[in-house]
Amino acid sequence: MRKQSVFDRQSIVVLSLLAATAVLVPVLNVSVPPGSPFHVSDHLIPLLGKYLSFALLALSVDLIWGFCGILSLGHGAFFALGGYAMGMYLMRQIGPRGVYADPILPDFMVFLNWKELPWFWHGFDWFPFAALMALAVPGCLAFVFGWLAFRSRVTGVYLSIITQAMTFALMLAFFRNDMGFGGNNGLTDFKDILGLPIQSGFTRIVLFVLSAAALAGGYMLCRWVVNSKLGKVLVAIRDAESRTRFLGYRVENYKLAVFTLSAMLAGVAGALYVPQVGIINPGEFAPANSIEAVVWVAVGGRGTLAGAILGALVVNAGKTWFTGALPEFWLFVLGGLFVFVTLLMPRGILGAAKDLWEQGKRVRSGLRRDAVPFAAE
Amino acid sequence: MTEPVTPTLLYLDNVTVSFDGFKALNALSLALDHTEMRAIIGPNGAGKTTMMDVITGKTRPNQGTVLFEGKHDLTSLDEAEIAELGIGRKFQTPTVFDMHSIEDNLLLALKGERGPFSALLSRHTNQESERIDALLERVRLTAHRQRRAGELSHGQKQWLEIGMLLAQEPKLLLVDEPAAGMTDQETADTADLLRDIAKTRSVVVVEHDMTFVRELDVKVTCLHEGSVLAEGPLDAVSANERVIEVYLGR
Repeated sequence: MRKQSVFDRQSIVVLSLLAATAVLVPVLNVSVPPGSPFHVSDHLIPLLGKYLSFALLALSVDLIWGFCGILSLGHGAFFALGGYAMGMYLMRQIGPRGVYADPILPDFMVFLNWKELPWFWHGFDWFPFAALMALAVPGCLAFVFGWLAFRSRVTGVYLSIITQAMTFALMLAFFRNDMGFGGNNGLTDFKDILGLPIQSGFTRIVLFVLSAAALAGGYMLCRWVVNSKLGKVLVAIRDAESRTRFLGYRVENYKLAVFTLSAMLAGVAGALYVPQVGIINPGEFAPANSIEAVVWVAVGGRGTLAGAILGALVVNAGKTWFTGALPEFWLFVLGGLFVFVTLLMPRGILGAAKDLWEQGKRVRSGLRRDAVPFAAE
Repeated sequence: MTEPVTPTLLYLDNVTVSFDGFKALNALSLALDHTEMRAIIGPNGAGKTTMMDVITGKTRPNQGTVLFEGKHDLTSLDEAEIAELGIGRKFQTPTVFDMHSIEDNLLLALKGERGPFSALLSRHTNQESERIDALLERVRLTAHRQRRAGELSHGQKQWLEIGMLLAQEPKLLLVDEPAAGMTDQETADTADLLRDIAKTRSVVVVEHDMTFVRELDVKVTCLHEGSVLAEGPLDAVSANERVIEVYLGR
């Protein structure tokens, strides 16, 4: 039996690129003077950090969709919940510096004439608690949701639809002021994180490097899962669910475990996203966001992990460029991209690149074989 | 051992399954001994596959008793529990994990822990490799060990699936049309393989191919409209007037 190492060629490439990015981007920002073409400007750092957190979200989608066939169209919900947990911490850090200068209550609560902090806001002034909640809340929701759905054997498009309904329901709920999460406006006007001013260049570099580290960690975790026997069972479930059942595997437990893990990864991604963009509002629960995450994975190459990262980076870079240059066309491009990839590159960029590479290898070795008799003459 | 030793491994009594009024099984009764091989024949819609679904927990009967080893009530267990009791099932169309190597297909089927966490932490042991080697030998796929299962021929997939059943070390194998789509030689080899398996385990074979059933040379049960029409040696069953009328044709 060939032992599959977690540190194979793909992992080494991914980790080296991430490490290089984490070092190079800050260096080019700090050490290269602004006039130079190699300078990375200040506003680019949180933008790139945002891409990295999206890549982590894409990774979490690929883990369940690419390897277990669970197409979640509601993963943005877990991302947003992780983001809200972080946002609540950041709100509590504002303290008396808010517009209404209430030492405890965030501005929106004062505005709503609330007299005291709702029970679920307690503890969020302590960073470790907020960090734990960024994992636990998405994890618990995924566990309860998955337990109900997988035990009732909801699969395929039906599952996709109810995940979509879940994120939509959460969006509507979070829009309400009574929910206690800032309603329509969400949470914003953050001042500092762990005592560091959130707008400062140094904090942004730290957040960027942390995002790269979290992505690398998430990638290795997913690699470990998919390379283990657990990963083999997941693929077995994806390809022949009832066969797996008749072999004695309790399919629902496997799905539940991986779905919960995936939701927690998405939560971490959301928690890293919020301090870098400076706001979290119910729009993050919008079904379109979840669908976009699926498109990233499809574009990069489903079931490859590295492809999910690549897809998230490429599509988001394209989105930034397009929404700047031709804003009204972006949604058409996104839709067109999905159709194009599905029809012509079903295995995504990574799959297409692999095919090209193998074709090239065959051509090259063919040439060499042809060349031999010629050389012998 | 205090376990009661009963002569019957599998006991079905008065089992009825109806789908929207249509009785797929109609008061079916059947008993199977330890290390017995039984061939089930019967026309399409006779209830052969439904019977397998009931035994493996895929379908719940509306009424009746299904006992395994005299003590396990199969009607109250799910597929995974039934598989762990020692009942393996081969589907009518060969169902293997196409994207996995032959070796991994067998690895996943090997008897052992089935939970997600033990799977995450499991390490491949030498014992497992030896078992896989032996199974590959038995289903003649040693040379293909690293190939993807999806690349195998139809007959090879059938054999791989039988190998996966054996890897589970079941007490009872339910085999649905193992000879479908096979060449004459492959069919004869499959009959040999099943006869060999039946030396140590019980086997139920559902089959349409009468030549194959004859080669198996075992007790035959003919189903019709969800209940047993005739049972006994093949010659007796195939001489039965009703069997000729509904199934074999005149």
